[in-house]
Amino acid sequence: MRMSLLAPEFRVIRDEEKCIQCEVCVRQCAFEVHSYDLEEGKVASDDSRCVGCHRCATLCPTQALTIIRYPQEFRRNANWPEQVIKDIFKQSETGGVLLSGMGSDKDYPIYWDHLLLDASQVTNPSIDPLREPMELRTFLGRKPDRLKIETKKGKPRLKTEIAPQLKVEVPILFSAMSYGAISYNVSLALAQAARTMNTFCNTGEGGLHRDLYRFGGNTIVQVASGRFGVHPDYLNAAAAIEIKIGQGAKPGIGGHLPGEKVSQSISETRMIPEGTDALSPAPHHDIYSIEDLSQLIYALKEATCYKKPIMVKIAAVHNSSAIASGMVRAGADIIALDGFRGGTGAAPTRIRDNVGIPIELALAAVDSRLRAEGIRNQASIIAGGGIRNSSDVVKAIALGADAVYIGTAALIAVGCHMCQKCYTGKCNWGIATQDPYLVKRINPDIATERLVNLLRAWSLEIKEMLGGMGINAIESLRGNRLRLRGIDLTETELKLLEVKPAGESL
Amino acid sequence: MRKSRNYLIVGNSVAAIAAIEAIREVDKTVPITVISQEPYRAYSRSLVSHFLEGKVTIEKVFYRKKDFYQRNKVQTILGKRVIAIKPKEKKIVLEDRKRIPYTKLLLTCGSKPILPSVKGIEKKDVFTFTTWDEVKRLAKTIKKAKSAVVIGGGMIGLKAAEGLKSLGLKVTIVEQAFQILPAILDKDGSKIIHRHLKEKGIRLIINDTVLEIRGKGKKVERVILGKSGEVDCDLVVVAIGVTPNLDLVKGTALKAKRGVLVDRFMQTSVKEVYAAGDVVEAYDFLYGRKRPIPVWPLAFQQGRVAGSNMAGKRMEYRGGLILNSIEVFGLPIITAGLSAEEKGYEILTKSDPKKKVYKKIVLRKGQIIGAILVGDIDRAGIIVGLIKDRLDVTNFKDEILEENFGYIYVPKEFRAKMVLPLEVR
Amino acid sequence: MKKIYVKEEYCMGCRLCEIHCLVAHSKSKKIIKAYKEEFPRVLPRLIVEEKGPISFALQCRHCEEAPCIEACLTGAMGRDKKSGAVTCDEDRCVGCWMCIMVCPFGVILRDEREKKVATKCDLCPDEDIPVCVAKCPNEALVYEEE
Repeated sequence: MRMSLLAPEFRVIRDEEKCIQCEVCVRQCAFEVHSYDLEEGKVASDDSRCVGCHRCATLCPTQALTIIRYPQEFRRNANWPEQVIKDIFKQSETGGVLLSGMGSDKDYPIYWDHLLLDASQVTNPSIDPLREPMELRTFLGRKPDRLKIETKKGKPRLKTEIAPQLKVEVPILFSAMSYGAISYNVSLALAQAARTMNTFCNTGEGGLHRDLYRFGGNTIVQVASGRFGVHPDYLNAAAAIEIKIGQGAKPGIGGHLPGEKVSQSISETRMIPEGTDALSPAPHHDIYSIEDLSQLIYALKEATCYKKPIMVKIAAVHNSSAIASGMVRAGADIIALDGFRGGTGAAPTRIRDNVGIPIELALAAVDSRLRAEGIRNQASIIAGGGIRNSSDVVKAIALGADAVYIGTAALIAVGCHMCQKCYTGKCNWGIATQDPYLVKRINPDIATERLVNLLRAWSLEIKEMLGGMGINAIESLRGNRLRLRGIDLTETELKLLEVKPAGESL
Repeated sequence: MRKSRNYLIVGNSVAAIAAIEAIREVDKTVPITVISQEPYRAYSRSLVSHFLEGKVTIEKVFYRKKDFYQRNKVQTILGKRVIAIKPKEKKIVLEDRKRIPYTKLLLTCGSKPILPSVKGIEKKDVFTFTTWDEVKRLAKTIKKAKSAVVIGGGMIGLKAAEGLKSLGLKVTIVEQAFQILPAILDKDGSKIIHRHLKEKGIRLIINDTVLEIRGKGKKVERVILGKSGEVDCDLVVVAIGVTPNLDLVKGTALKAKRGVLVDRFMQTSVKEVYAAGDVVEAYDFLYGRKRPIPVWPLAFQQGRVAGSNMAGKRMEYRGGLILNSIEVFGLPIITAGLSAEEKGYEILTKSDPKKKVYKKIVLRKGQIIGAILVGDIDRAGIIVGLIKDRLDVTNFKDEILEENFGYIYVPKEFRAKMVLPLEVR
Repeated sequence: MKKIYVKEEYCMGCRLCEIHCLVAHSKSKKIIKAYKEEFPRVLPRLIVEEKGPISFALQCRHCEEAPCIEACLTGAMGRDKKSGAVTCDEDRCVGCWMCIMVCPFGVILRDEREKKVATKCDLCPDEDIPVCVAKCPNEALVYEEE
């Protein structure tokens, strides 16, 4: 094999004093970093294979392993930093498109970290969520323009027919992750956690595995451009249907599941031949206009007797607000906005890192636009793609979201260490893989518990923050940008976010 | 008034002990009496060779702790022979003519060594290797002896040879067949043992018989062989096999062939008389008929079944198979079932003579019916389990003799019953 | 009685059970010492089996009608009256391997470091939960009532 110019990304440091040659690391690494040398009677490591997932270091019973960044330094060059050089090495060796997993790791501004929350002092006193009720319950779906009440036999009765709603007890949903991109065990854990916490998981475009139909009441099913796994039972099993137009990690392109990952079970679930690549087209070939989108929305509503909200998901791009307006007018009950830091199992690196806009800006723009047009009530907004913790959630809701989607955070909860090698199918944590040897590493019971813990912890924190602002129901915060202040932001950014700078009072 | 009950057990080895334990699980009070002509509490016959070599202390030769009989409220009459049983009168007769009545009787009289009709067999320095007394007597003689001949290359013969060798004697084994362990090993397997014995300094004479044991007076000086001339020796150990000890059964109503016949509850042809252990002919499920199998684990099982049924808890003997585990000068050997069979069966073998490893399974209609493991015996029980459970091994038969063979090869539906938690099962 | 069961679909073959079993039965009970200073090393009392992607740890089932107790020549193999566990009194054991011959799970091991003895899972009598169960990173081993 021709020599590679690429230096390793990581260095494996083995403390020989502590290493007992038990070979746990050897068995745990699907990238074959560690190997046992029979002659030496010792375990050795090959830095060049290490992806920095920490599986070995975590499982090592004596903490003998430390993984550090490979210390090799290039000559400092602001124009040609290390990553740029390495990318060129890689492409000149492979001739291929650079691939990455998870969301962009580029150093773009994170607006959440430039937004500060308000708290009540003296007037409108703060609330202690441990002593007083605090409501996070949220209804997602089309709300009527006005309510008509009639009185029958002296009793008031709601006359307006309410469109179908999704009820969540915590305004956090698990975003679309397909069976195929993630393993069955992770899909199961997400479904179980969604049921326990009264929220929803999302099938992505992977179809719904037969054994997961029982979680249909807590599942949003996707209809994507490939139409994988879409059939009447699938649509009717779900609580809601999401038409996926785009995805924050790779706006403008479709999904790609390599044939090697299309096992028998995945082939059955996606309704495609075993071993064939599952390529979903970049666009929906039947959608070229808002009118076309409307046709699909109503086709799905017809197919499910108008009993389920229809969602439309788009990537956060430059014209999101205008598109969102069209989506609402086309009949979408919920619109999902996916920011450019959103994760994925596989995306061309250049697209992942250079296409789309941050969710904060898109969310602010969409919410403002819909309000300006007087149609904000006609659809709920779910923001995703870069939600990392409970304060991001609170800020997103203050910016105008009804709820948020979390994907990456959920995977981290079950063990993901963000090594970004999802596309290799060798996920050592058993998450983004279909390898029967690796998928066993997720015990769904443990994973479910971890997901439930995460949502519980965030709910408690959200309640604390709401209480601090003197708010006892999350819907009172929705779109209330007066409770936000920007810090270290330009005037333009503040204007786009419609947020006052820190220090400026009402 | 309730008729007083008592259980009598003749014999005091593993079957008797297992019976006592089984009876006491059901019935804590019924009087039990154990009668044995040997003056010791129950001991492990197989350990007497270890004792001879000085590998174990006296205390460890005993099969159960000192207080076993007391704890189980068992009366013992040790060192006295039973000379007759009177099933009609429900009594037994001791050598001192004392008669003891019983309500239920268990015979565990074991087996006795077969003695060839050879001139000189009655000499003082000719020994069998099956009782402690014999071995104790042997131990005394060894002190003055320099060489020994062991007649018979079976399990007991090999253990005797090993014991004598370790005490510094020159040992010659004379075996009538063409190989050692002819009943349980095949030709290839025995070859490894032959070489091993030679390396350990044992002289092995096969395909020959002892015609006469010669010596002045009661002493032994040499044996005369049929083909290979003479072998000088100071003592002789006879170990050509054992046969059920039917001394007490002869002339009674108890039906017997080679051994006492029992049903699947270990009851003999006479009601209230049970039998277990080496003395019986019980069902061998591989042969599909009754035959004596003088091995320890089956004696235990039979004793347990007999005891349980005596005490009124129905228990069935499911049948056994011949099983042997022996170490010859550190080389472990395990055989099970129809291990020496060849013709008419599918045979799979694997051997590594250098490492003294030989493995073989005998298959009949997809089921294992026999196995030999020499050298590498780890996890032998899985194979024995497959024989017992009559599992069809066709799908994984080629893996069975591999080094990494394990329980994981047993079909999941089968193993699930045993190792999975309830919720998963 | 409580027994160790395996959820083989979650056993990932890391063998940490085996490692911690060894440590628990070592002299010092300290992992690095047990591996680096105590020789000859004690044996782990369980077996991790692997075949393709399937793997599981197997240890004594503590059978109700235990063939090893039936077959034991010396009376070394017995049942702990309190816990119900099948235990081997290594002091009495002479290494005749009868138990190895009859154990249908093949979970009794030959320990030939000093005097030959059979060794097997003792359910960690000094612990609340056997260490293999406690240390399984994926809860593939469970300790529960039959």
